[in-house]
Amino acid sequence: MQSRPIAPPTPDAESTAFWDAARQGHFLLRHCNACATTHWFPRTICPFCWSSDTAWINGSGRGTVYSWTVMRRARIPYAVAYVELAEGPRMITNIVDCDLDDLRIGMAVELTFIATTDPLAPPVPMFRPAASDSPE
Amino acid sequence: MTINGAAYIVGAFEHPTRFAPDKSHAQLHAEVAVGAIRDAGLQKSDIDGYFCSGDAPGGLQSLLNYLNLSVRHVDATDIGGVSPIVQVAHAAQAIAMGKCNVALITLAGRPKADDVRTGTTPRIRHAAAPDVQWEYPFAIPTAASYALAAQRHMYEFGTTSEQLAWIKVAASHHARHNPDAVLRNLVTVDDVVNSPMVADPLHRLDCCIISDGGGAVIVARPEIARSLNRPLVRIMGGAETTKHQDGGRIDLTCTGAMRTGPLAFAEAGVSHRDIKYVSLYDSFTITVLMQLEDLGFCPKGKGGAFVADGNLISGVGRLPFNTDGGGLCNNHPANRGGITKIIEAVRQLRGEAHPAVQVPDCDIALAHGTGGQLATRHGSGTLILGRE
Repeated sequence: MQSRPIAPPTPDAESTAFWDAARQGHFLLRHCNACATTHWFPRTICPFCWSSDTAWINGSGRGTVYSWTVMRRARIPYAVAYVELAEGPRMITNIVDCDLDDLRIGMAVELTFIATTDPLAPPVPMFRPAASDSPE
Repeated sequence: MTINGAAYIVGAFEHPTRFAPDKSHAQLHAEVAVGAIRDAGLQKSDIDGYFCSGDAPGGLQSLLNYLNLSVRHVDATDIGGVSPIVQVAHAAQAIAMGKCNVALITLAGRPKADDVRTGTTPRIRHAAAPDVQWEYPFAIPTAASYALAAQRHMYEFGTTSEQLAWIKVAASHHARHNPDAVLRNLVTVDDVVNSPMVADPLHRLDCCIISDGGGAVIVARPEIARSLNRPLVRIMGGAETTKHQDGGRIDLTCTGAMRTGPLAFAEAGVSHRDIKYVSLYDSFTITVLMQLEDLGFCPKGKGGAFVADGNLISGVGRLPFNTDGGGLCNNHPANRGGITKIIEAVRQLRGEAHPAVQVPDCDIALAHGTGGQLATRHGSGTLILGRE
């Protein structure tokens, strides 16, 4: 399947560690030690309790589809989804490497880093059907 | 202290154009300002408060310079297309506090003439916005954002495409009577569900139109309103909020109306059965359905059944909505539906809607909007208006 050109992310001072890890194939999440929660997208100050006692943790890269759509009115149709991560937060992303007609809420997905149009930019976190969630 | 009775909408004007390649963006703002001040029977020199939003080319200062207005109160609140609805309440607050007497609110733009593919192209609002790097690579146009909410709503509550289609069908019944409407043809449920898919589960006819033009309203203190030869449209209640991703705990099945509805009803001192007409933001059919639920016109999850079978059609159903044809059929100027929602509510309360869609004895109306992106960040505003 042909894939659409993907715009590179624009890392800033707060997200450099995330994108550096992405280059190494690691998916980081930000966890708050004060209120024991993991949030998305990563922030230095916890969005729930405003504590600055936050730290990077390794995300499992596992999740389920919370909602999805296929953007049909595009040169190359593609799937946009909210994935509910195993760690709790829901993140907006794309689903790739799957038949667009097989998407469904609740399907198990796993992380895959996808290269962008800028060869110097880090890859972006997308999801594909989990290996164990093979189509019926 | 409330805004109930603190101010009145004394002027309202919707630009008749829907395609304006021959006009500048700022010119459209000026033309709607002139239209509204004439409708009110006031003069340019009476205006001492000015309100505009994200559609203002160059921002508020550029427009004040262009319009050559000298004011003592300004407000450039931008929470998306709902902003003018929120700004009517802000104007009432400012008037109540003695900060101005006559407030002008304008909205205008020309996305059609500029050939902007508004709903199907991802847009960056500000490169340094903290969310851009976490969203822009995933290409989430407006249609996809609303589709994500619709998909989840269908999953949780069994809402169907046919039920959503009834919202467009009702709007088309009303637009037939509006000579300025972009789409004046009557459509059926089949027409909607058989139109091309834009973003599952939203079809082309679930989406609002793109149009040029705009509108303006004038809000004035009670003494001024009573001196004018116009029906009195009282501002009874207003509320605003924004809803966002909540650190990753987002619930896609509801909107900020859950918060603004109760606040506005309480301020106005009325209940749902008092509302004779509703203007509801209709960027997409799902927007209308979720707002109806969240405002409390039906239980959560029952919006599909509520909108079906013509319940929103004037003269047919229980709750007539968007009798001008709304953004789905009539006008969605500058990709922002807030001002037109206020204007049609004012027409209904004045008894100036088209006779075929005029709600009899329309004494209390509600206008509500959802601006921005339903699945990431949106603003919500509710306004309750009454005829005196």
